[in-house]
Amino acid sequence: MNENSSPMASPGLLPALSAQFKRDALIAFRNRGELLNPLTFFLIAVAMIPLGVSPESSLLSLIAPGVIWVMALLATLLSVDGLFRADYEDGTLEQLSLTPHPLYLMVLAKVLLHWLITGLPLALLSPLLGMWLSLPAEGYMPLFLSLLLGTACLSLIGAIGAALTVTLRKGGILISLIIMPLYIPILVLGTGAVTYAIDGFPFMSLMSIMGAFLAFSIAFAPMVTASALRISLNG
Amino acid sequence: MGWQWFHRLGSPRWFYQKTEAWVRWLGWLAFLIIAGTIFWVMAFVPKDYLQGHSFRIFYLHVPTSMMAMGGYYAMAISGAIGLIWRMKLADMSMRCIAPMGAAFTFLALVTGGLWGKPTWGTYWVWDGRTTSTLILFFLYMGVVALQNAYQNQQMADRFSALLALVGMVNIPIIKWSVDWWNTLHQPATIKLTEESTMHGSMLYPLFVMMVGFYCFFAWALIKAIRIEILRREYRTDWVKQIIAAENK
Repeated sequence: MNENSSPMASPGLLPALSAQFKRDALIAFRNRGELLNPLTFFLIAVAMIPLGVSPESSLLSLIAPGVIWVMALLATLLSVDGLFRADYEDGTLEQLSLTPHPLYLMVLAKVLLHWLITGLPLALLSPLLGMWLSLPAEGYMPLFLSLLLGTACLSLIGAIGAALTVTLRKGGILISLIIMPLYIPILVLGTGAVTYAIDGFPFMSLMSIMGAFLAFSIAFAPMVTASALRISLNG
Repeated sequence: MGWQWFHRLGSPRWFYQKTEAWVRWLGWLAFLIIAGTIFWVMAFVPKDYLQGHSFRIFYLHVPTSMMAMGGYYAMAISGAIGLIWRMKLADMSMRCIAPMGAAFTFLALVTGGLWGKPTWGTYWVWDGRTTSTLILFFLYMGVVALQNAYQNQQMADRFSALLALVGMVNIPIIKWSVDWWNTLHQPATIKLTEESTMHGSMLYPLFVMMVGFYCFFAWALIKAIRIEILRREYRTDWVKQIIAAENK
């Protein structure tokens, strides 16, 4: 990183953001194995349910929305843990906080990348898992849409937890503990939308509420994350 | 005068010395009010025509639930004051409220369960209020866990203040979502008793009990903060003098 500390010579906001985004994407794609881990976890964890509960399709179709949603939530939670840790440990985060650009947008760019490499693939995988768990045909669309919007909220809120535990060697259980209660509204809305659609009710109103939740999270979650990161750096 | 008292609160020493004299009396006051009201409730309040004697646990359940809920706001507001004005005492109060609030929430769940068994026929129901209270318990435990994860007390305070504030913003959303979820999965077998208008003879002891619980909460909090002050300020001369006087 040959960053110039004088604000005059530093690049504008958009070049800085896109440089950071490209760098993070490059690092993510260089560690291709790690990229697949959350998705593999998602698949294995969902496959455990028929093995542990029952392969009876009438029972599975009843619990499918909840099971897929809970597993997506856990997969996001496990992957969000290390969102800032490597950058904190090698000093990149400190450099980012010294640039004249708002840390808020830097955080947002990082979360966007996290969503692109975990949340989006999770949503794309969901039809396969719906098939495994004999989800009724009406449930596929709302499951995909709710995961698409919902995982973005999960990444944004998870980033708060990642920032709060970034200075700890391992955040693992602690981040789950502090973030999971905050995930409950999204879980309830997501499974609710799928259940609504299966029961033949219109579900788009629930998608709108989820969209509102996402807008709210975009506005406020990176703010909290940024201030937690500043505390970690100055602490 | 004006805001002087508020600025003085910034000094743990001032707080420690001022509360020295009357904190014991606050404890006795809380004890007398609560013990007196329990006697009043057990001996004089008529039994409920529907629920019989079991409804008397109501007088413990409602105040504990109130403390559980109010405690979170008190904790988050203390955290915000600590975060904004860097007031040591506010940080200490946040740290002390977290386990107390968790304990009150736990008690609210236990008394609710004990009351639920004879009236609803089960200790646990996933109804809206019970579920929200359980989630509130998890939110408290998150703050407690975050506090204990850090060696550096200042970082622990700032981080838990942030978490408490995020939790406070989320509480109404969680409450709403759980209520909505509950109408989606309304269990058919269990019907909650209708919210009935209570007779004065049943209502007044509740108010007195609430006052008693507020006194108890304040007493326990002040005691906890006093210990926290000694723990954090043990390097200062005035604490060393107190310890020296104790050991004489």
